[in-house]
Amino acid sequence: MSETIKKFLYLNRKAPYGTIYAWESLEVVLIGAAFDQEVRLMFLDDGVYQLTTGQDTTAVGMKNFSPTYRTLGDYEVKSIYVDKDSLEARGLTQDDVVQIAWEDWETEEEVENIVEVVDAARVSELMEESDVIFSF
Amino acid sequence: MKFAIQINEGPYQHQASDSAYMFTKAALEKGHEIFRVFFYHDGVNNGTRLTTPPQDDRNIVNRWAELAEQYKIESPTKDEDGNEVMQTELVVCVAAAQRRGIVDEGEAKRNSKDATNIHPRFRISGLGQLIEAAIQSDRLVVFGD
Repeated sequence: MSETIKKFLYLNRKAPYGTIYAWESLEVVLIGAAFDQEVRLMFLDDGVYQLTTGQDTTAVGMKNFSPTYRTLGDYEVKSIYVDKDSLEARGLTQDDVVQIAWEDWETEEEVENIVEVVDAARVSELMEESDVIFSF
Repeated sequence: MKFAIQINEGPYQHQASDSAYMFTKAALEKGHEIFRVFFYHDGVNNGTRLTTPPQDDRNIVNRWAELAEQYKIESPTKDEDGNEVMQTELVVCVAAAQRRGIVDEGEAKRNSKDATNIHPRFRISGLGQLIEAAIQSDRLVVFGD
């Protein structure tokens, strides 16, 4: 669709429910897959809750869209980063967040889990090397 | 420099649209190009022509429209007959607009609604327009929380 390939970084900073930002951010990622860019997602602040396992939204009457994150590997998303400080501040570890697999359809190269916990220095590095930063 | 602007918050409730307007205006006055202004989340509410603020307050919707008019924030496209026409580049996200009742004629027809409220200087289109703007512009500047 476009010849330019840019490094996209989606920053997800907000809790999955309570506001619509998380869900509408995910919609951008899903639509954006058609544009063949180099896409990365980062979860920080309350955004780390978006990836937690065992979400149950029955009581709040909202659609539980957390299963969608596990399909991101099919939407051109190759790397997903979670900020370590944000996890720790909320008493969470990598064990509390989902695993997301990725497979290259052409080479059949597989990665079992593309979710990586990174420290603050790596967070700024990743921001620095991106061409476009979407902040939600 | 070529800028794409993304606005994630509604008018009056939040400063995002005001800040984005001032940034956009300043950039244009300095001779920069605005490729597109994309309204997302509650930002779609910046596109209703029915906004009626008190007389001693700024009219955020009209202010965007006037800026777009003055600096021609628009791009060439083809109409149904294949003639080249200009289209506005104040773009409201369709998915976000549907949820929040921002409606143009096409949407009203498709979804059997009895009214429209989009300002004529704005148009409703898909999220792909945001991605495209980010690819085509030198900088994407996001306004919101």
